[in-house]
Amino acid sequence: MDFNMFLQHLANGISLGGLYALIAIGYTMVYGILRLINFAHGDIFMMSAYMAFYGISLFALPWYMSFVLTIPLAAILGMAVERVAYRPLREAPRISTLISAIGVSLLLENVGIVVFGGRPKAFPRPPLFAQEWNFKGVRILSLTFFIIAISCVLLVGVFYLVYRTKTGRAMRAVAWDFEVARLMGINVNQVISLTFAIGSILAAAGSIMWGMKFPQLLPLMGVIPGLKCFIAAVVGGIGSIPGAMLGGFLLGVGEIMIVAFFPELAGFKYAFAYLALILILLLKPTGLLGKVVEEKA
Amino acid sequence: MTRNKKRAISVTFMIVTLLFSACAAPTPQVVEKEVVVEKPVIETVVVEKEKVVEKVVTPTPIPPAPLPDVIKIGCYEPMTGAMAAGGQMTWDGVKLANKLKPEVLGRPVELVLVDNKSDKTEAATAMARLIEAEKVVGVVGSYGSSLSMAGGEVAEKAHVPVVGCSPTNPLVTKGKRFYVRACFIDPFQGAVMAKYAVEELGAKTAAIIQDVAQDYSVGLSAFFRDTFIELTGDPKSIVAFTSYQTGDTDFTAQLTYAIGKNPDVIFSSGYYGEAAMLCKQARELGYEGALLGGDAWDAPELIEIGGAAVEGVAFSTHYHPKGAITPASAKFVEAFKAEYGREPDAFAALGFDAYMLLLDAIERAGSVDGDAIADALYATEKFEGVTGWITLDENGDAVKSAVIKTVKNGKFEFLTTIEPF
Amino acid sequence: MRKQIPRILTIISILVFFLFLWWAEANLDPYLRRILNLIAINIIWAVTFNLIFGYTGQFSLGHAGFIAIGAYVTALLTLSPAQKEQSYFLSPCIWPLSNIQWPFLPSLILGALLAGVFGILIGIPSLQLHGDYMALVTLGFAEVIRVINMNLQSITNGSLGLKGIPEYTNLFWSWGCAIFTIFIVWMLGNSSYGRAFKAIREDEIAAETTGISVFRHKLMAFVIAAMFTGLGGGLFANLISTIDPNLFSFLLSYQVLTVVVLGGVGSITGNILASTIYVSLFELLRPIDQPMTFGSLTIPGRPGMRMVLFSIIFLVVILFYRRGLMGSNEFSWQWLFSKLRPIFKRRRMEQGE
Repeated sequence: MDFNMFLQHLANGISLGGLYALIAIGYTMVYGILRLINFAHGDIFMMSAYMAFYGISLFALPWYMSFVLTIPLAAILGMAVERVAYRPLREAPRISTLISAIGVSLLLENVGIVVFGGRPKAFPRPPLFAQEWNFKGVRILSLTFFIIAISCVLLVGVFYLVYRTKTGRAMRAVAWDFEVARLMGINVNQVISLTFAIGSILAAAGSIMWGMKFPQLLPLMGVIPGLKCFIAAVVGGIGSIPGAMLGGFLLGVGEIMIVAFFPELAGFKYAFAYLALILILLLKPTGLLGKVVEEKA
Repeated sequence: MTRNKKRAISVTFMIVTLLFSACAAPTPQVVEKEVVVEKPVIETVVVEKEKVVEKVVTPTPIPPAPLPDVIKIGCYEPMTGAMAAGGQMTWDGVKLANKLKPEVLGRPVELVLVDNKSDKTEAATAMARLIEAEKVVGVVGSYGSSLSMAGGEVAEKAHVPVVGCSPTNPLVTKGKRFYVRACFIDPFQGAVMAKYAVEELGAKTAAIIQDVAQDYSVGLSAFFRDTFIELTGDPKSIVAFTSYQTGDTDFTAQLTYAIGKNPDVIFSSGYYGEAAMLCKQARELGYEGALLGGDAWDAPELIEIGGAAVEGVAFSTHYHPKGAITPASAKFVEAFKAEYGREPDAFAALGFDAYMLLLDAIERAGSVDGDAIADALYATEKFEGVTGWITLDENGDAVKSAVIKTVKNGKFEFLTTIEPF
Repeated sequence: MRKQIPRILTIISILVFFLFLWWAEANLDPYLRRILNLIAINIIWAVTFNLIFGYTGQFSLGHAGFIAIGAYVTALLTLSPAQKEQSYFLSPCIWPLSNIQWPFLPSLILGALLAGVFGILIGIPSLQLHGDYMALVTLGFAEVIRVINMNLQSITNGSLGLKGIPEYTNLFWSWGCAIFTIFIVWMLGNSSYGRAFKAIREDEIAAETTGISVFRHKLMAFVIAAMFTGLGGGLFANLISTIDPNLFSFLLSYQVLTVVVLGGVGSITGNILASTIYVSLFELLRPIDQPMTFGSLTIPGRPGMRMVLFSIIFLVVILFYRRGLMGSNEFSWQWLFSKLRPIFKRRRMEQGE
């Protein structure tokens, strides 16, 4: 493999990694506050992509308007899911919430199958994102830069929100200790709803980018990215936002590089993500950048 | 009794239960069947568990079993799931055929559709339901060789004949007496594309990217590879052979690797969704050579999703209105346009042919007996289908020509026909 | 004598049930028999999942992996060499698998044992984690098994799958094994091991302080469950006669989870009831996928409505009836008598007057 090809592989990996990072941040936020693996995150991702698609195809909105409109709609969906499926179970053992998340995930997927049909839909790619640039033999889509740019912007935004605002302080308080936060007068329900809203917004942004990069929409399209991005979040350190970003990039680049160096093993591509997960959970369960949390008795 | 004794008794009882069930397991039986054959020919068919020895009986007229009031024909297709596009396209053709020929042997035909959800277990259950609950006389389907194979096992046991519309894996009909198909098989299809690549495009090297999760794709790639090597005479002519999984969205790694080996053509044997994105990414990576595929590329989504990237690709398939070669084809195109307002695709045409072929066999058999219909099916010669003249060989596979289609200006265009060789 | 009545009743009802099976095997059509077999196999899977989750409190989503192992091992051993040659047309089956053909029982046992071995391999790393993490790691392992399965062309025939597996599974096999599994799990649950499991479920740290070696017990439950899950997998393979790696995806694990949640985590009776209801409903609700007409009202059926209904039921159960059908109660003859006694008492009072 010559250097040029290596650079191309690297570019592909960063492009993919940026996408994973965006979605992983959403996962990590919800987990950080609620200690809940939101299995339904991948399906909110899927729903947002379809919403953006129908905005353009059914309601004939210009693409930027459709994309912008999807964001609040996704936030509403996320908050609704929390309200209906997670809030009633807050006093219940954690496992019930996890099972409920699986249930919501299944429901969204099956509703997607019925409403959207099993045949794939073509997601539009506006010309702005479709420019092909060629840096001395290494080809990159303009879309890649947008993905990385938007990831960074959102990252900075989330950071600012969590560490520099009063709401952010409330979120961190709730993440630290639920009951005490409530005793301090924080409206816990509101904070949690807000967390889900932000998580869903991140998922929606990720899904729009994803749809432009991989233009095939299917009701089950959220399952694999959801799982992979959760693995990315865990590898980077669940609960840590920079960790999620790191994990996302690592996973994206790693996936591409493994196929690049061992093309005969391309069929095993999925297995590597899971193996990475298993290794991290066994060797450093809090992830690469995670903090150690003592077990509460 | 002490607790331990009670426990011992219970355990003993359980073991006895298990042994009892072991004794009840069926052992391979030898069954002798009397079969009336038209020609005095001795046929020995060896099937998995039963050894069926057919005795020859000189043909004495047996009064035909009374025909049911309504003759039910089943259709099992993937209407949902990963293969839904193919299933829905096929169903359109079958429906039209039923509309044009709603009667056979003087009885009305009732068409029953069961969705197999692109899932193998469901396919077997769907077939079981058609046979047991609906009591169909014959079945048409399914899109997707793995689904056909799953359903075929059930039909074989029940002696219900099935006509496959578009499954191309050889195993669907091999060794089966009750499964035939109206289309060609993958060894032929792989060879067709290899031939096209070498002879029409002058390719000397090729890269293959297969969908390792689909048996159709794995099989087709192997057949392409074998013929390509044979035609070029160079065992190293396949410069790259890599894979992805159904549901994958990113093929840049495999493509970068493959393109780096400078192949003349890239052959990707997976389904239309992944194929479209693969073509897109190939073009984005700067590959300008030919992109080739098989009949699983033949769906409108290929163009919808692939956009400009799939201009000029070529793939083998079963039918194109311009390549129509029988008088029935023209009439079919008319009827299809009138009914659905669009030109027919390959799978609708095959669904149409499968239905017509089944009904034709029922007419020739003169009864609804499964064995008789199966015999009639295997005897099919030069049946006038809309996808060509269908003759079934001894495996029940159709010996037909293949059509190569391409994409021009966002539409499927006919390129050429390749005859069986 | 009174103490033994329940036991005698149980034995009698099992005998009666086997008589029913004997009749069913001879008289019911293959479609119904298939459903009955599927119910039995689902019971095995649900009961073993119950052992891990309901009794020991470990949330493992790796069931599909063990099912796959049991299914493939049994299938490979029972397939005839001729069939193997036909199916492995891309890359020939490796020796000695290509020449082996074993009868059913040894194949099942070996499948179960290998699943147990994998249970040890997977359990040792996974059981050190808790809750969500364990769910994810076990899910990951199951997926790794699936991916490896799909790529080992010369052993498992990859995505081409195995077909023509002899259909040895009949009602006696499936229900016999189901009853055996229920018996083992029930005995385990009522023994000192069972009490240890439940202690671990309630509070691991407290259990550790009372001297229970928590890890060993968790592993024991996990491995036993894995073995019987593999047994169910073997029965499954010889029922549907064609298998391929994609059958054993995490969706299958979700299906087992659904059944157990519906029936009540921690209750074997619940598992049995829920399996029966789930499999039957699955088939009975097929008409929903097609348009239905009620007089003049036509409900357009879209394929997939069935699964939407199931998802809704699942969510409703987990939100409102978290204990499922049976909670953690079991069926007992005493309960039945206590329900029937008022009826008899009333009759006796009426007669007495």
